Formats: sequence, structure tokens, C-alpha cells
Amino acid sequence: MLENLNILFNEVYKILLLLIPVLVSVAMIVWLDRRVWAFVQKRRGPNVVGPFGLFQSLADALKYIFKEIIIPASSNKIIFILAPIVTMTLALVSWAVIPFSETYVLADINVGILYLFAVSSLGVYGIIMGGWASNSKYPFLGAIRSAAQMVSYEVSIGVIIINVLLCVGSLNLKDIVLAQQDLWFIIPLFPMFVIFFISALAETNRPPFDLPEAEAELVAGYQTEYSGMMYAMFWLGEYANILLMCSMGSILFLGGWLSPINIYPFTLVPAPLWLIFKILLLFILFSLVKAIVPRYRYDQLMKLGWKIFLPFSLIWLILTSSYLFYFNLLPVN
Amino acid sequence: MKISRIIKTIFLIDFLNGLLIAIKEAFKSKKTLNYPFEKGKISPRFRGEHALRRYPNGEERCIACKLCEAVCPAQAITIESTEREDGSRKTTRYDIDMLKCIYCGLCEESCPVDAIVQGPNFEFSTETREELYYNKQKLLDNGDRWESVLAANIKADNPYR
Repeated sequence: MLENLNILFNEVYKILLLLIPVLVSVAMIVWLDRRVWAFVQKRRGPNVVGPFGLFQSLADALKYIFKEIIIPASSNKIIFILAPIVTMTLALVSWAVIPFSETYVLADINVGILYLFAVSSLGVYGIIMGGWASNSKYPFLGAIRSAAQMVSYEVSIGVIIINVLLCVGSLNLKDIVLAQQDLWFIIPLFPMFVIFFISALAETNRPPFDLPEAEAELVAGYQTEYSGMMYAMFWLGEYANILLMCSMGSILFLGGWLSPINIYPFTLVPAPLWLIFKILLLFILFSLVKAIVPRYRYDQLMKLGWKIFLPFSLIWLILTSSYLFYFNLLPVN
Repeated sequence: MKISRIIKTIFLIDFLNGLLIAIKEAFKSKKTLNYPFEKGKISPRFRGEHALRRYPNGEERCIACKLCEAVCPAQAITIESTEREDGSRKTTRYDIDMLKCIYCGLCEESCPVDAIVQGPNFEFSTETREELYYNKQKLLDNGDRWESVLAANIKADNPYR
């Protein structure tokens, strides 16, 4: 009995050790996002709360906690309350399989990438539930748009992942990183990386694909009826998802925790720091894109997803597999 | 589409150019003020928070002519007056409802003795509505606090009136 309890607590500690840094970094990343956005527009951005305004998100979170939660009278209350919880939980659950180094990984499962892909696909449920349960036109339209968009872009992300898996021969995220010891996949699969990045933008509803919350048309999309902590949970989930996409990109293409060159001064840096550094780099690219691009029209978005990205990644898949087959490079376990 | 256009689209040339410009611009100096610590220049005519001024000997300037009350388009000013022992007419009540006030500056324009003025202060937000119902005491205190600035502003604006 005591033994079991010990194991349970051990696991809980491990989970907390992963979750708390993730939540804190989500708060910091919101600050970074706003800051980068402001800098590109030659503004100052949040710089008052704490050093360089670092604690701005914590102040915002405090404000959200003390705000009243308004539940519309005509909404489906259970689903309405459940939606932000689902969004945030799913965004955080996926972090279990992200390997921060060869030893720092919460759940070292064999089908890590599939798990990641499955959970991030489930994320659309939170949005649909929120949009439908609000029983109001803007959230509903926003949720429909979001669902269609996420489903479309998941297809091409799936094909891109297959591309990488062909070169690795394993679904384990650790194996994927270790396979990049000699050459990061960004070099041979560069076009796939570009498409992955753009699809990740669409997948996380970031500009230029932020149609679900296009404020000019849909007020705030599926978040319109939410307030207080429930809104904050959507917001946390969204940014946790963005971070997750960035870490997926760095694991699949940028060599995860591996240092860029395997020589003396670089090897001193601890492995998790390299992964964090790569995630930050991708995230800054995310925020720069947010600052410079105008929003897509909905039909352009669908056209890009189905008529350009999907065929292109399929063709590249064929190219990759025939190359690997012809030169007898297929990984065999 | 022209060939050059197609190549530009495929290799995201325009996007990359934009990205480069964005990164360049991000390191240039900021165009906005660091507001609470750094403030923009305010004209001497700026119409901010109201104040009732006094003469240098401490006597209130206001003679209760009620021109400001009459001219106020928002009817934000309420004045009551009596005759003092020395025969001069003075206000017993001078209220401004700062919530009604539209900061048009007509009260300041109409005042024959430069008693009611609008100062340079624009940071007087409060947490309750009641705090924005200014009475005579509050307005006189404002006048005392800002007198040096108010006098300087009136002097600077004088040549243009």
C-alpha cells in the first residue's frame, strides 16, 4: 500500500516538475509575443510590471482570476464550462512525450509522435464545444471555421511527419532526435520544414490564418462569450499549443536537444537548454510573422491547404521514399 | 502569371523581404513615449482638470457672475452666491460635475477675472463616480496646487487672444 503511494507521489512530482515550467513559460511567451510584435511596430510593448515587464502575464492572469465569469442564459452550461477545460488539458497533456534530453522525458512511449498528433487533433473539440455551447452566432461561425481549418492543415502536417518518419524508421521522439545526430532534417527536408511551419501557423490559429477569431468579422470567434478565468484558460491552451508546435518543429527538423556542432564549447551547454533555445527561435519567428502578414481570405486558406500543401508534400513524400529506396538508405530496425 | 511572379511566390521572396524589414525595424528607436514615466508636451491652451484661482493676497478671484454656469453647454456647473459683510459678491457653492463636463473650455473663455481655468492635468481618474463631483473646496485646492503653472500658461497664451 505504502509502496504504491510512494510510486504515485513520485509520478505526481514528475508531472508537476514538467507542468509548472510549461505554464510559467506560457506566461512568459505571451509577454515575448507582445514584445516582439510591439518592437516590429516600433512600440515599446508591456514594460512596466517587473523587469522589462516580464510579469505582465502574471498580472493579467491575476486580473482574469478576479473577473466575473459570465455564463450566457441560453448556453448549454455543462459544455460551455467544459470547453476551456478540454482545450487547456489537451494542450498540456501533449507535453508528456516531449523529450528535453536523452533522460528527461516524462513518458518515453514508442508511438510518441502519433500520440502528439492525436492529442493535437483532439484540440479542435475544445473550440467546437465552446463555439456550439455559446449558442450565439459569432462563436458558432468561428468554431466552424476553426474546425475546417484545423482538419485541413492536419492532413498536410500528417504527410510531413510521414516524410520525417521515413528517414528515421521509428515513431519514438527520442529516436527521431537521435537520428539527426549527423544531419538535422531541416537540411534534406527544407521545403517540408517551410510547409510544416506554415501549417503550424494555421493549426494554432495564428496570423495570417487567424480566421476563427478575425475580429473584424467575428468579434473574437469562439471566445466571444467567455470571460474571466474561462477566457484565460482558452488563452493558456492556445499558447501552450503554439509552444507545442514549436517544440514539435524543433524535434522533427532542428535536432531537438542536440547542439548544432558537436565540438567543445557547444557541448558544455546542457541538452534541455538547446531545445528551449530552438523553441524560442521558432516562437520568435511565429511572432514576427504575426507582425508582418495580413489575414488570408477563407477560400485562399482552403486553397493553400488542399491544392498546394497537400499535393506538394505528397510529391515530396514520393521523392523522399524513392531516394531512400534507390540509395538503399531506408532505416531497418 | 509571369514566370518571375511564380518564382517569387514559390520561394516566398516577398515574405522573406518583409521578414527582413521587420527585423531591421525592430532594432530601430521607438516612436512611442514611455508614457507613465515620460510625457508628451502640452500646449499652454490645454484644457484639462478645472481649477479656481486666487489673487496673490489669497482672495478668491471668482465674483459669482455665473457666466460660466450660463455658457456651459453640458450644464455641468452649479453656482450659488451671497453678499459678504464687506459688500462683495462671493460664491457659497461652486460645483462642477466632471462626468458631465465636455472639456470645451467655454467656462474659461467666459470668465472675466480668470478665476475658473482648465489646467494641464489630465490624470485625475478615480475609482468611483462620486469622486468626480468636484465642489468649491476641491477646485480651490486644485488652483493652489497648480497656480504657478496656470499663471505661466495664461501668460504664454495671452499674445494669441
